[in-house]
Amino acid sequence: MLRVEARSKLTGREVFIDDLPAEDIWWAGTVRSSLPRGRIRDIHFGSGIDWSSLIVVDHRDIPGPNEVQMIERDMPVLAADVVRHVHEPIVLLAHPSRRIVRQAVQAISVTIDPDEPMLDFRHPPTPQQIQYGSDNVFKKLKIEKGTVDEALAAAPIVVEGEYETGAQEHVYIEPQGMQAQVENDVLVVKGSMQCPYYIQHALMHALNRNEKQVRVIQTATGGGFGGKEDYPSIIALHAALLAIKGNRPVRLIYDRQEDMAATTKRHPALIRHRTGVDHHGRLLVQDIDVLLDGGAYVTLSPVVLSRSIIHAAGPYHCENVRIQGRVVLTNSVPFGAFRGFGAPQSQFANERQIDRIAHELNIDPVQIRKINLIKDGQTTATNQVINDGADRIQVLDRAIDLAEYHDRKKAHEVFNVQHPTLRRGIGVASFFHGAGFTGSGEVQLASQIHIHGRPDGILEVRSSNVEMGQGALTVFTQIVAERMAYDQDYIVIVAADTSVVPNSGPTVASRTSMIVGKLLEQACDDLSRQLNGESNTDGTALKDAIIRWHHIRPDQELIGKAQYNMPPDIHWNDLTYEGDAYSAFAWSTHIAEVEIDLRTFVIRVINFTAVQEIGKVLNETLARGQIQGGITQAIGWALLEQCHWNNGSMQNNNLSDYVIPTCPDVPPIAVEFLESPTPHGAQGAKGIGELPMNGPAPAILNAIAQATGADPRSIPLTPEQLMETLLT
Amino acid sequence: MQVLLPQTLDEACTMLAESQGRAVPIAGGTDLIVHWPCNIEAHQKAYLDISTLDELKFITLSGDSLIVGAMTTFWETITSKQVESEFPLLVQSAKEIGSVQIQTRGTWAGNIANASPAADGVLALMAYDASVTLISTHGTREIPLHEYFLDYKCSQRQPDELIHSFCIPRRSFTFDYFEKVGSRQAQTITKVGVAITNSSSGWRVVANSVAPMVRRCYQVEQLLEKKARIQQPDDLLAALDQDVSPIDDIRSTAAYRRCVLSRLIYYALREHCPWYS
Ligand SMILES: Cc1cc2nc3c(=O)[nH]c(=O)nc-3n(C[C@H](O)[C@H](O)[C@H](O)COP(=O)(O)OP(=O)(O)OC[C@H]3O[C@@H](n4cnc5c(N)ncnc54)[C@H](O)[C@@H]3O)c2cc1C
Repeated sequence: MLRVEARSKLTGREVFIDDLPAEDIWWAGTVRSSLPRGRIRDIHFGSGIDWSSLIVVDHRDIPGPNEVQMIERDMPVLAADVVRHVHEPIVLLAHPSRRIVRQAVQAISVTIDPDEPMLDFRHPPTPQQIQYGSDNVFKKLKIEKGTVDEALAAAPIVVEGEYETGAQEHVYIEPQGMQAQVENDVLVVKGSMQCPYYIQHALMHALNRNEKQVRVIQTATGGGFGGKEDYPSIIALHAALLAIKGNRPVRLIYDRQEDMAATTKRHPALIRHRTGVDHHGRLLVQDIDVLLDGGAYVTLSPVVLSRSIIHAAGPYHCENVRIQGRVVLTNSVPFGAFRGFGAPQSQFANERQIDRIAHELNIDPVQIRKINLIKDGQTTATNQVINDGADRIQVLDRAIDLAEYHDRKKAHEVFNVQHPTLRRGIGVASFFHGAGFTGSGEVQLASQIHIHGRPDGILEVRSSNVEMGQGALTVFTQIVAERMAYDQDYIVIVAADTSVVPNSGPTVASRTSMIVGKLLEQACDDLSRQLNGESNTDGTALKDAIIRWHHIRPDQELIGKAQYNMPPDIHWNDLTYEGDAYSAFAWSTHIAEVEIDLRTFVIRVINFTAVQEIGKVLNETLARGQIQGGITQAIGWALLEQCHWNNGSMQNNNLSDYVIPTCPDVPPIAVEFLESPTPHGAQGAKGIGELPMNGPAPAILNAIAQATGADPRSIPLTPEQLMETLLT
Repeated sequence: MQVLLPQTLDEACTMLAESQGRAVPIAGGTDLIVHWPCNIEAHQKAYLDISTLDELKFITLSGDSLIVGAMTTFWETITSKQVESEFPLLVQSAKEIGSVQIQTRGTWAGNIANASPAADGVLALMAYDASVTLISTHGTREIPLHEYFLDYKCSQRQPDELIHSFCIPRRSFTFDYFEKVGSRQAQTITKVGVAITNSSSGWRVVANSVAPMVRRCYQVEQLLEKKARIQQPDDLLAALDQDVSPIDDIRSTAAYRRCVLSRLIYYALREHCPWYS
């Protein structure tokens, strides 16, 4: 089927937040901290600006607690006495002229008495640097299986390794933006977002309003990748505070520079491995330590850490596993959600480690994975028994065949001897990704979805899950069309508006198609039931039945409903971190081929193969798009995208100096799907949005190691870094 | 913001003179507009739009030189058969500038006037001994390109002068080479680049992004004139260290630029200039 919003996007008619009519709008700007840590001494409003013509807001204007409601409430809406990072918001301004707001922002100077900042997460803090608890640790988690110390002592071979991954900027096409206004005592906030209800809850908390007094509406969203999961709550609060104080509609749009400087990024990570293996390469024990940089506030870091450690041992069976994770405070702009949510970091480390073990033992990188991949009946690190009928070795084998791995590898060996300056290599990574919220997360969310059978025969889906470029509208339409045997022209998905749609949870964690899609099927069934057996009639007959239903019952609503319930066979212990971490995992193997120019150390990915078992392909075009897009984003993370930090703030906050892949940087990508349906997802589908972010970085670095004999262990691996590795 | 719209080149020179050099010429705008949103001072200035002046749009091949008008875009040289056959480095460098969108708007003169140390067009032009013709109400003057730049983003052009054209002498070349190293395959700012030619007038070795301005590498040129034996990239370093002064910045490191520049030159000769011994 044609993508639902394809026409409006291709013709430029889609209305994003900054495309809304702007008459009567007041434009907002943000005055920010220039220091990573300190106490605010003075805020000076400079001359040359008629301050009475602006709406000016600071922390004293916040009706409720000065807290951004997220997992914790440690982040202030506006800094009051202390600042904990550069770009921390302090004062908000609005004016009918965009230009005057810009000038006014620059006319305010904030004097801050500096305190000693904590800037490198890899080192323990000094006593003066402690700002959270007794040790700056936001969250500590541990997974333990078997007897790790004994197994390490007994293992014939132990391989150690330390791996680092860098921050990454989301670079969604549409920068962040919100508009707020008060309409008959109801605060209405519209904007670019992934999670309307997160924003509603944040607004209710800090503005002291009830549910009915806060309405949040998603406008067309130009990409998110996690960047519009947590941060939009802050912008929504800022726009709302100005709108309430000035009693004017206020629009707050970040330009690219401000967006890159002030909003969240992927968590940097430092990961250590100690792995015990036998001489054949069988994993006997994995001892893993994951350290994440959380930045200045907690944001979503505890759950990022959770997903990171759950995936840290990879899709392998091992009897003895210990994974310890910590996420710590630094005085950096806070890190937050980003596609993969900690799993790309930890699986980068694991897949490099597996290759290094193979190298040490002189066995084939494919062979060592085959030996250790989980077979049905075996367990993950959290002791989750995998019995999903998927064949992980088949996924690997198929990738090997599709990539002509063995032939290519031989050809590269010959090429490398002959060519004076170019070196080629091929690398593998096997990995997995759990879809939906971790452990009991989905139960706590208790998502609800509604499908209305309208008097005109239209089926109207009401959910808080949003279209942000990934194709949710299309997949929801398709799920309903297929479940109800209904013509897709008579199906609409309404805008995510908290005054209209129930809370079906956030649009995150690869959960929309799988978990919410499954709920949607159940809601369809509920609707059918209410039509009293007329459900088994199809298409037009069903449509007529709906119209008839309303005829008999004027003024009544026909609503199919569903709410998430934990499937009976899923058990998770949040205290011991044991059990079924996710109701389903998608499994994948990536193969990357690279070419390195030894004159310039430039690395090009020349070929890529991605095979994945995803339960069921709901929409082939969209699924391919997710895989290819994720691989592209991961190529950027692995090779190009470097954040240059100063005082915990990004210096290259523009698209000339923050380098993401262009078309010529993306190789041909062969994509193939295997299907082994899960009972927990729509039509058997598993989540795939984040999966492809996990494999490319290690596959590419494994290929580089093979091509050059280097042993790179941190990303981004730029030519400058490769030069250092090869020449020293 | 004020935009001046001259109908003729004469009028443009007059307008520029009358503004006492305060008006900023705008050609393709691909340099001027990049930082527009955050560069608030730029919004207050006056701009002299020269993009409609047909008098500045020409590519002329005469008996002894190629003369190219200031409003000529990269794309117009990429698609010119004459330019391609006689001055291939112009086409090679133009093809590596930005993307097609930039190539169809960006002008050679803008590349020169912007005086960036990373300019790719300037690199090729300097390797061909190009000279720049400036025009003002006082008349014209011609300056060899390798003397045109004074420092970082600073040139001999006076505020009341426009670049009228540039001129390249026709010679028979026995060697030409261009290579740009950026951080990705397209739409990238040069981290280190080199253009090399050899003709009856001798060797020209020009490098960009390794000094405050695009640099002729005179010491390296002398080594090549002497037919010095270069057995490895490091043999070039002593000369290069006198010619260039790379720095660490947000795009690369001094060590990388120095190392890679020596390798680009070394391998250009080794792989592509078999007669150089
Ligand atoms: C996305 C992007 C990618 C780019 N990639 C590259 C690249 O790969 N390599 C590269 O070298 N450059 C690159 N550039 C920079 C730019 O495109 C070039 O420098 C181009 O040649 C500028 O020409 P223009 O006509 O657009 O100049 P404008 O922006 O119009 O002007 C540039 C400067 O020159 C002055 N000027 C222009 N014409 C005259 C004249 N006739 N007389 C006097 N002064 C004049 C202007 O006042 C201004 O100071 C890129 C730019 C962008 C936006």
